[in-house]
Amino acid sequence: MGRYLIKRVLLAVVSIFIVSAITFFVMNAIPGGPFNKEKATSAEAQRVLEERYNLDKPLGEQYVLWLKNMAHGDWGVSLHNGRDIWNEITSRFAVSARLGGMAALVAIVLGLILGSIAALTRNRLPDRSIVFFTTLGTAMPSFVLATLLLLIFCLKLGWFPVWSSSSPNYVLPIIALSVYPMAYITRLTKTSMLDSLGQDYVRTAKAKGVPGWKVIFKHALRNALIPVVTYVGPMVAYILTGSMVVENIFTIGGLGSTFVTSITNRDYTLIMAVTLFLAILMVVANLLTDIAYKLIDPRITFE
Amino acid sequence: MQEKDVLKKRQFLSAQVDLSRFSQKNFEQATEDEKKQQDVMGESTTFFKDGMRRLRKNPLAMGSIIVLALIIAIIIIAPFFVPYSYSEIISVNGVRDKSATNLAPFEYSKLEMKYMEETGEKLFPHIFGTDNLCRDYFIRVIYGTRVSLSIGVVASVMVLIIGLLYGSIAGYFGGTVDLIMMRIVDIIYSLPDMLIIILLSVVLNETLKGYIEGTVLQSLGTNMISIFIVFGLLYWVSMARLIRGQILTIKNNEYVLAARCIGTKNGRILRKHILPNCLSVIIITTALQVPSAIFTESYLSFLGLGVARPLTSLGSLANDARGAMQSYPLRLVIPAVLICLIVLALNLLGDGLRDAFDSKLN
Repeated sequence: MGRYLIKRVLLAVVSIFIVSAITFFVMNAIPGGPFNKEKATSAEAQRVLEERYNLDKPLGEQYVLWLKNMAHGDWGVSLHNGRDIWNEITSRFAVSARLGGMAALVAIVLGLILGSIAALTRNRLPDRSIVFFTTLGTAMPSFVLATLLLLIFCLKLGWFPVWSSSSPNYVLPIIALSVYPMAYITRLTKTSMLDSLGQDYVRTAKAKGVPGWKVIFKHALRNALIPVVTYVGPMVAYILTGSMVVENIFTIGGLGSTFVTSITNRDYTLIMAVTLFLAILMVVANLLTDIAYKLIDPRITFE
Repeated sequence: MQEKDVLKKRQFLSAQVDLSRFSQKNFEQATEDEKKQQDVMGESTTFFKDGMRRLRKNPLAMGSIIVLALIIAIIIIAPFFVPYSYSEIISVNGVRDKSATNLAPFEYSKLEMKYMEETGEKLFPHIFGTDNLCRDYFIRVIYGTRVSLSIGVVASVMVLIIGLLYGSIAGYFGGTVDLIMMRIVDIIYSLPDMLIIILLSVVLNETLKGYIEGTVLQSLGTNMISIFIVFGLLYWVSMARLIRGQILTIKNNEYVLAARCIGTKNGRILRKHILPNCLSVIIITTALQVPSAIFTESYLSFLGLGVARPLTSLGSLANDARGAMQSYPLRLVIPAVLICLIVLALNLLGDGLRDAFDSKLN
């Protein structure tokens, strides 16, 4: 266990480090800099600005400098509007986290319920309709769903207000974000539930007269949960990247849309910060998932 | 009556036919045809035939094949008889028709109506109408589908080739080679792919422009090439992992040991003994890779990082239609529905292939 943990944590650190390096050098390879605007700044002013933000130094040195600042917990300021990046990220992330968290919760709860229903009513009408809708759900990219939802329920029918930060309405964005992971969890739950319903311990429980609901919840579902746990890490990644388009479509000022705009602005410090922040979130989510998986299922050996 | 002598005396209550009642002329030699009729052996089947038989019995998979075949037939044939170009303004009699903006399906512009009245000639209808730049939308959708599908297929083949080479080398040689190669895979696997894809496609977009100027690749556009590069760099890892796992189990089989005993070369063992045995898994994974590549491409296109104008893909068509989605919702709905339809059909076909060909499931 100890060795495995150390290995996984090391791998996580290495991959975060690699992401930061790739981002840094890739970002600097994009033609155009943060101070090349439409209205031309004088060459002198540009030089002063670049010197101020150390952009005149060689790339390697810039990267080391950035690493040093990060080690001190200094995320720097945005080159675009001069705001403190840490404050910017945390305030934006609060919006994204609320949206993503609710979407994840909806996906997990509904996915588990629908998956169990499908497994228990195998090949009958509820199962067939659930399978139909989940297949449809996995074939629909989040941006298609989001635009269609916006078009139908917001603009045509007017059931939901258009997003504004003063009176946020999360319903449509949550639906758009949660359908795909929900469909996936439903399928996972169904297969693993069917598998565990056929196991000996379920038969034994039934044979010794355990009530039906108890067999389902305590014996079958608990064991069926294990594969679902492994999906939590990828789901976090999906929701984080999916929220880039969904936030864009519903014009929600979250972290996802910040990432996209920071690239178009060539806001180097902000790109680095957002990428690193998202990468850490995803890598940590994957790490925790892997560890949780091995903790929950004692059959899995630590190699 | 020779038979009678050979046969033992019939026992009392025996079911044996009493031959004494028949003579030679009651019997007749069976012809070759009749002998064949008695053959109850089934026709020998191969692995492939067996799988195809199972696949044909799956209505969902067959339906998907029909839908896909229809879509492919349309996108191949349609450009031959639709007289419009995906990149140019509709022109009537050599005059650019600027009145043809935002036409509804099957509607003609004023200039076209005038032309048709004057000459009596019937112009080809705009099946999906036109877009805001006076281009026929049907032909744009056709080309968008072409681009999306070919990106899906090419990207999957790339993933297949890289993953196959990498995975089979790692799995077959094992030991230190495997350890190092798999650590690299682990690291790439844990990178957040979408972030890197977005970054890389922005960069490659700008930097590639200079290199492909004037070559065949230019018509493809930098975005499409960068999508391929990104797929080639990042998406092969799961394929490599899968193939390595397959090979690890197969290479311990007796026939591989036997081949090695008679001095077969490594390359030949891989090609002749190991790869054919993991072929079904490879085919299924590649089939399921196509929709996921289409997904990624449409996602990127939707963020404005897709193929270069005036070329288009289903994702960028949907993205372009967003601005006017209230007035012209059809322009958004058509590419959106097509993406869903293609991905759905490919997913169902992939599932069907898995059910039909994966020997472990049977």
